[in-house]
Amino acid sequence: MPEQKVVEPEHLLLEAPREKKFITGSQAFAEAVKRGNVDIAIAYPITPQSETMHLVGDLYAQGYVKDYYRAEEEYGAMSAIAGAVRGGARAFTATSGPGLLRGLEAIVSWPGHRIPAVLGVMTRVVNAPLSIQPDNVEIAYLLHSGLVVLHAENQQDVFDFTLAGFVISEKVDVYLPVVVATEGFFVTHAKGYVELPPEDMKLPPRDPYKAPVPPTDCEIPPARIQRDAPVQKSNFMSYLIHAVWQQEVWSANRRAMKWIYKYLGGPIEVVNPDAEVFIVASGCAAAQGREAQRYAQMEGLPVGLVKIKSLRPFPEKEVREALKKAKAVIVPEHNIVGWLAKEVKAVIPNSGIVVDGPRVYGGMTLPVELIMDEIYKALGIKKEKKTVV
Amino acid sequence: MGLEYVKISPGFEKYMPRDYVDLVKFGQFGKEIDVMQLGQFKELVEEHPMCAGCYMAYFIRVFYAALPKPEDTIVLGTAGCARLALSQAAVPFIYGNYGDTNAVASGLKRALSIRFPDKDKDVVVIAGDGGLMDIGFGMTMHSWFRREKFTTIMVDNEVYGNTGGQESGMSPKGIQLKMAPKGKQFDKINAVELAQVAGCVYVARISPTNPKRIAKVIRRAILAARKFGPTFIHAYTSCNIEYSIPTREVLADARAREKKDFKFYEWMTDEVKEYLEEIERKEKEKAKQEVKS
Ligand SMILES: Cc1ncc(C[n+]2csc(CCOP(=O)(O)OP(=O)(O)O)c2C)c(N)n1
Ligand code: SF4
Ligand SMILES: [Mg+2]
Repeated sequence: MPEQKVVEPEHLLLEAPREKKFITGSQAFAEAVKRGNVDIAIAYPITPQSETMHLVGDLYAQGYVKDYYRAEEEYGAMSAIAGAVRGGARAFTATSGPGLLRGLEAIVSWPGHRIPAVLGVMTRVVNAPLSIQPDNVEIAYLLHSGLVVLHAENQQDVFDFTLAGFVISEKVDVYLPVVVATEGFFVTHAKGYVELPPEDMKLPPRDPYKAPVPPTDCEIPPARIQRDAPVQKSNFMSYLIHAVWQQEVWSANRRAMKWIYKYLGGPIEVVNPDAEVFIVASGCAAAQGREAQRYAQMEGLPVGLVKIKSLRPFPEKEVREALKKAKAVIVPEHNIVGWLAKEVKAVIPNSGIVVDGPRVYGGMTLPVELIMDEIYKALGIKKEKKTVV
Repeated sequence: MGLEYVKISPGFEKYMPRDYVDLVKFGQFGKEIDVMQLGQFKELVEEHPMCAGCYMAYFIRVFYAALPKPEDTIVLGTAGCARLALSQAAVPFIYGNYGDTNAVASGLKRALSIRFPDKDKDVVVIAGDGGLMDIGFGMTMHSWFRREKFTTIMVDNEVYGNTGGQESGMSPKGIQLKMAPKGKQFDKINAVELAQVAGCVYVARISPTNPKRIAKVIRRAILAARKFGPTFIHAYTSCNIEYSIPTREVLADARAREKKDFKFYEWMTDEVKEYLEEIERKEKEKAKQEVKS
């Protein structure tokens, strides 16, 4: 392990020279943890997450991470993360599909407990018939709990979002957990080019006293600290306490937006902003959408792409603005419920222009042709279907 | 270090709540208190909404008086009756989801060990029989298997008190409770034996009939956890509501159970024994000298 020097987040994330490497998504997660000055990582295996946490285990063995263990199961892992973060540590964990749902009671309580941590989510089927394939319906369960949720398209996003995730989550005006979701296998087990800053640099350590709520470490006055007050009585005070606390959680969630602009260049990316038909997509579907947009451009069709990087906070204003002149909006997704299509419909005034789909589920790949079909339909172009005999 | 933060900065006394000033002036911080002095010092927990005459509440009162280093102690609780009092104490308290205590404590203790390798930061879980032996069973056991260095105290009222009197794994066989309409079908879980085989280095079972003994057990469990590994106390703390024990008979009930199935039991590893004996010998000497001078 090289000696690592602490550098400012701005330098590490935005200025440091980068070198191109050809690595898997799992490796990209680990490369971010390596530079993240992480105190503790807690692991419980599940395909397709396991490889990431193996690699993080290696980082512990090499001295990059100070503590690491294999938890009893995900509920225990997520609860222990909450304990470690309350104790002032910077913490990382990751899970997939059923593991995520098993840990969910703990995870959705993190925002209210003001637990800044980074959780990797490598998507996997959660509903029966069970499968290990990368359906991403589980992301829907994360959208209504106050977590900051970023959705990575590729290995580069995984690295950038994870490293920035530590920084954003600990901002005093945010102080919430950050989820970095990406599709299992398609991203975690496939290689892509990732521009990496030097490995002898790391983020400054977490400063748990730079915080809107104190850590629980008996090092800060006064003695009578009760951060996690159970709202004990069914009376007006309890409604009120819960209500104002959750309002603050959601305000904090929205305040993450300015840091997403600063460190990740904004919550959306727009390709061909003057188009008539837009593909709106996040995660892996955005990669397929990008291909479809390229095909369409080659055919001279007025098609653009809006890639959504941040699902929470949701870029309402930005999406509305980008789709202002759109005649049709195609939302390709890797799940049956179409959670992204619903989000998009909810923020634009003319939701009738949103095409539901194409959707694949069960973890299937999302062929670019399916998106192209919707583009032709939207533009009123009739294509002969070639039948292969 | 914790003590520095408890103290009030000069000039601020008059702005602090009376209650807090009393805690610092007449309380336990920075001192070790003899539990027999209860009532003569400002206690860490006073007002709480537990049922009048509840023996669990009494146990918790003694627990706080017994802390070896309250200014560097963090208590974890969970859904259940005990948290009603734990959350009122002048000791930092963590309250997560039902049954998560031993996983949260594992993460917390590790974080504190990373950040303060040279300081004793005592982490203590106090949770109900349902919290530790039913819903949180896996996390309880695994914190012990992993040899996490904190203390677990089970306040066993043999019922889900807080949700209105349902059967728990710690209820005695045959007893009729809610959700056990034909009586409980299986035996009370042997928590003490489980703790011992799972790797606890100090284990005690106690019926709270003798405050001095409760305090001694709590102190020993906390001191041993600092150095050696997980420690466990199984305390019988009757629920006078769900078991219809009139308040004036609570102590008699505790005594009766002590004779039956809550006989005092204490077990520790050889190294813990050696360590505690050394500490207690030194304390006795110190006390003798103080008496002389
Ligand atoms: C996940 C979850 N399941 C169930 C409950 C409801 N619940 C709250 S307290 C409790 C029982 C408490 O029993 P015990 O742990 O023995 O503590 P006691 O109240 O008896 O002291 C239950 C079932 C909950 N809060 N959370
Ligand atoms: S319900 Fe039982 S255990 Fe709970 S506070 Fe009342 S008497 Fe105590
Ligand atoms: Mg109980």
